[in-house]
Amino acid sequence: MLNSLGREIPEFIQGIGTLEPFQGAWTKLRKGWMDEPTIPAPNKAYLPHQNKLCNSLEEAIERSGPHNGMTVSFHHHLRNGDIILVKTLAILHNMGIRDITLASSSLIECHDPIFPFLCDGTITRIYSSGIRSQLGRAIAMGALDIPVVIQSHGGRVRGIHTGKVQIDLAVIAASAADCEGNATGASGKSAFGSIGYAVIDVRYAKQVVVVTDNLVDYPCIPLSITQNFIDHVVVVDSIGDATKIATGTTRITNSPMDLRIAKLAAEVIENSGFFVPGFSFQVGAGGASLAVAKFIREKMKTRDIKGSFLLGGITSYCVDMLNDGLFETIFDVQSFDATVSNSLLNNRRHIEIPAALYANPFNCGCITNKLDVVVLGALEIDVDFNVNVITGSEGYVRGASGGHSDTASGAKLTVVACPSFRGRIPIIKKRVHTVVTPGETVHVLVTERGIAVNPAFKELEENLRKAGLNIKDIHDLEIEVDKITGVPDPLEYTDKIVGVVEYRDGTVIDVIHQLLEKSDYKLY
Amino acid sequence: MKKFKKRRSMLYIPGNNPAMIQQGGVYGADSVLLDLEDSVALNQKDSARILVRNMIKSIDFYDTEVCVRVNHLSTPFGLADLEEIVPLQPSAIRYPKTESAEEVGNLLQIIEKIEDRHGLQHTTMTVHAMIETAMGVQNVFEIASKFTRIDAITVGGQDLTADMNIIYTPDGAGIDFARKRIVMAAKASHIDILDTVFPDVNDEEGLRRETEYAKKIGFTGKAVINPRQIDIIHEVFTPTEEEIRKAYRIVKEFRANAAAGIGVFAIDGKMIDAPVVHRAEYILKLANIEIAQN
Repeated sequence: MLNSLGREIPEFIQGIGTLEPFQGAWTKLRKGWMDEPTIPAPNKAYLPHQNKLCNSLEEAIERSGPHNGMTVSFHHHLRNGDIILVKTLAILHNMGIRDITLASSSLIECHDPIFPFLCDGTITRIYSSGIRSQLGRAIAMGALDIPVVIQSHGGRVRGIHTGKVQIDLAVIAASAADCEGNATGASGKSAFGSIGYAVIDVRYAKQVVVVTDNLVDYPCIPLSITQNFIDHVVVVDSIGDATKIATGTTRITNSPMDLRIAKLAAEVIENSGFFVPGFSFQVGAGGASLAVAKFIREKMKTRDIKGSFLLGGITSYCVDMLNDGLFETIFDVQSFDATVSNSLLNNRRHIEIPAALYANPFNCGCITNKLDVVVLGALEIDVDFNVNVITGSEGYVRGASGGHSDTASGAKLTVVACPSFRGRIPIIKKRVHTVVTPGETVHVLVTERGIAVNPAFKELEENLRKAGLNIKDIHDLEIEVDKITGVPDPLEYTDKIVGVVEYRDGTVIDVIHQLLEKSDYKLY
Repeated sequence: MKKFKKRRSMLYIPGNNPAMIQQGGVYGADSVLLDLEDSVALNQKDSARILVRNMIKSIDFYDTEVCVRVNHLSTPFGLADLEEIVPLQPSAIRYPKTESAEEVGNLLQIIEKIEDRHGLQHTTMTVHAMIETAMGVQNVFEIASKFTRIDAITVGGQDLTADMNIIYTPDGAGIDFARKRIVMAAKASHIDILDTVFPDVNDEEGLRRETEYAKKIGFTGKAVINPRQIDIIHEVFTPTEEEIRKAYRIVKEFRANAAAGIGVFAIDGKMIDAPVVHRAEYILKLANIEIAQN
C-alpha cells in the first residue's frame, strides 16, 4: 500500500505486526484521541526497608529475571560517552540470553561493540530514534531478519504507552542516585544533565535498574527519577565519560560554511514575522543549526527582543541566552555539556522535562506544540521539502529521527539549515532516500546558495523577499547544485525491508530497504 | 562613466584548492581573488592554473567580482598565467610586487596582445597593481595614474615588511607610511584602494580595530584570508543608518537646489558643496540606494 507521500508500505511485517500508512502530519491528531489503547503500567509492591542495592550489575540483572525474548531499554543521555548499554548487553549475552529486543532512545558510535550480538542471535530486534556507525551499516546490509523500527522522541513515548514496545528491563544510568533509586543526571562526576528520555521507561518497565557511579545520601535531589518505580540500584566505578556527550551528531563548529548558513538562517528567522517578543525557540544539534543560536542571541540583543522559552536539546549557547535574560525559561529534555548540567541543577528557570511532555503527540499538549521557531539539520531534503535524517547518501543508517519530526510538526516556523552539498554529494534531491519528516511541516530550507520557501507558505516567502534575502525555487536550487556535483547514481536495494520509519503518530512514513551492492558484505 | 563596484572585501582563495574555489561566491564577499602566486607551492603552479581556468569557466560566483592574482612576469609562471587567464576575462588581473609604471606598461602590452589574439576588447578586464615593496611605494603615484586600466591598487603588508626587513607588528607602525602614501596615490587617481590582510583569523577585535583604522585613513576595502572575516569588514565599510540618512538628505537637497541654479547651500547650518555631495553619493552607492533624478 502507498502512504500519502507515495511511499510503498507493506501491510504486515513479521516480528513487527500490522502497519498503518502515514496519512498526513496531523490527520490522526484531529480526532482528539489515540485509537490504540494505553496499556497499564506494572504494579509492584515492596516491603518497608527492603534493600534495593545490588553488589554488581550482574546481580541486578539476575534479580530482574532475564529471559529469552526480553526487551531491554536504555537512555542515550551520555551520548558517545555511555558504557552501560554495552556492559548490560554483554552480561545478558554471557548469561546466554537470546532474542533480545533492544529499545534504546538512541544508538551511537560508542555502542558499536554490540555489533556481534546482532549477528549471533543475542539481539534480534531494535527500536531506537537513531542508529549510526558500524551498527547503522550492519542494519542497512541486512544484519537483522526483523527490521529495526525508527521512532521520534515523541513517538517512542507513544509506542511504550500503546504496548508496541513492552519493556521487561530498563537500565538507567544516573550520575547521582540514592539507595532507593531516586536519581538524577544533573550532579556528580559523570553529570549529563536532563534524564528526560528515561522517564517513560522507568514508568512502564517491568523491572528497573538504576546504575550510578555516585551513590549519595538519601534522598538524591533533584528527584528526576523517583524511587517508587525503581527495583534495583547498582553502584559501578563509572557510567561513562560525560566529556563525550558533545560528540556524536552534536558539533559546535567554527567552519566558515556552517557559520554562513547559520547567519542566513538567523536572517530568515529575523524577517519571518515570528521573531517577536515572547517567541519560543529550539535549535537542532547539527553544526549549522547550532551556530544559529549564536546569531539569534546577537539579534535579540540588538533588537531588544526577549523570548519565552528555549526547548529541546540544550547547549551552552541556550544557557548563555537564559543567563543573559533573553529567554524566560529553558525546557530541557537533553543536555549537551557540563555548563548545561550546572545550570539545570542551579537555575530554577532551567526545567528538566520528560520526553512525554516534550513531544508525545497523544496527550493534552506537548511543549513542541507551543514552539514558534525551530532550526533543524538534514542529511537530504527533496523538492517537496521532505527531510531525511536517517540514511546517508551511501544508503547506510547513519542518523537519528530524534525530535526532528516532533518539533517540525509543532513549530510555526520550521527552518532546515544545511549545506547544498557535502563532499561531492548533493543534499537537495528530487526524492529523498528515506522520509523522516514530511515536507508539509517544513517551511523553509536555508543553504549557502539560496533560501527555498515551501510554496504552501506564501506570506513567509513574501516577508523574506521584502527583506532582500536570496530566495530561490527549490527546483532551481536542486538543478543548480546538480550542475556543480553531477547527479549521483541511484542506490540499488533488495526487496528486503531492514528498517521501518514510524511517524510520531505511529503510522509508517517510510521503510528502508537492504542495500543491494553491500548484500555480500561479511558481517564478521 | 566608470561603473561603481563595491570592493569592501576581497577574499583570497588559493588557486590549488577546488573545494574553496567552488564556494567562493557563497560567502557574501564583494570580490574573490583566485591566487596563483604566493599561496600556491612551486610544484603546483601548473595544476593551479588549470584548475582556476576551469573553475572560472564552470562555477557560478553569483554577484561576487572575480579577480585572479598571476605570478610576476620575472618568474617562469607569469606569462603562462596570463596566456591562460586573460582569454577568460575575469573582472580583474592582480599583478604582484608592482614596482614601476614601466613594469605596468609592459604587463598591459602582453595582456593586450593576448586579447587581440582572442578578439577581445581592451576595456573589459581591469588590472590591480599590488604594492608590496619599498620601490613600489616610492613609485606608486605614477603606477596609479599612468594607465586608466588600473582601477585599484592594493597593499601587500607581509611582503612589504619582508622587503623593508622589519617585523610586522599589530599596530602596523612599520607600514603606516606606506599605507598612507599608497592611499593618497589611489585618491589622486580616483581608484579603489584595498588594505592588506589581517593575519590572525581568531582575533575579531584586532580585525575590527585595524579595519576601522584603514577606513579612517582612506581605504575603500580590505583583503580577507578567511570567510569569517567578511562580516566584520563589511560592517566597518558599510555606512551606518545615520550616515545614510544624512547622505540621502544631502543628495535630495542638492538636486533640488541645483534645479533652482543654486550650487552651494546649507543643511543644519553646515555648508554643502560639490565635494560633500560627491561623498554623500558614494555613501548611497555603498548602501545600494539610488535616488531617482526627479
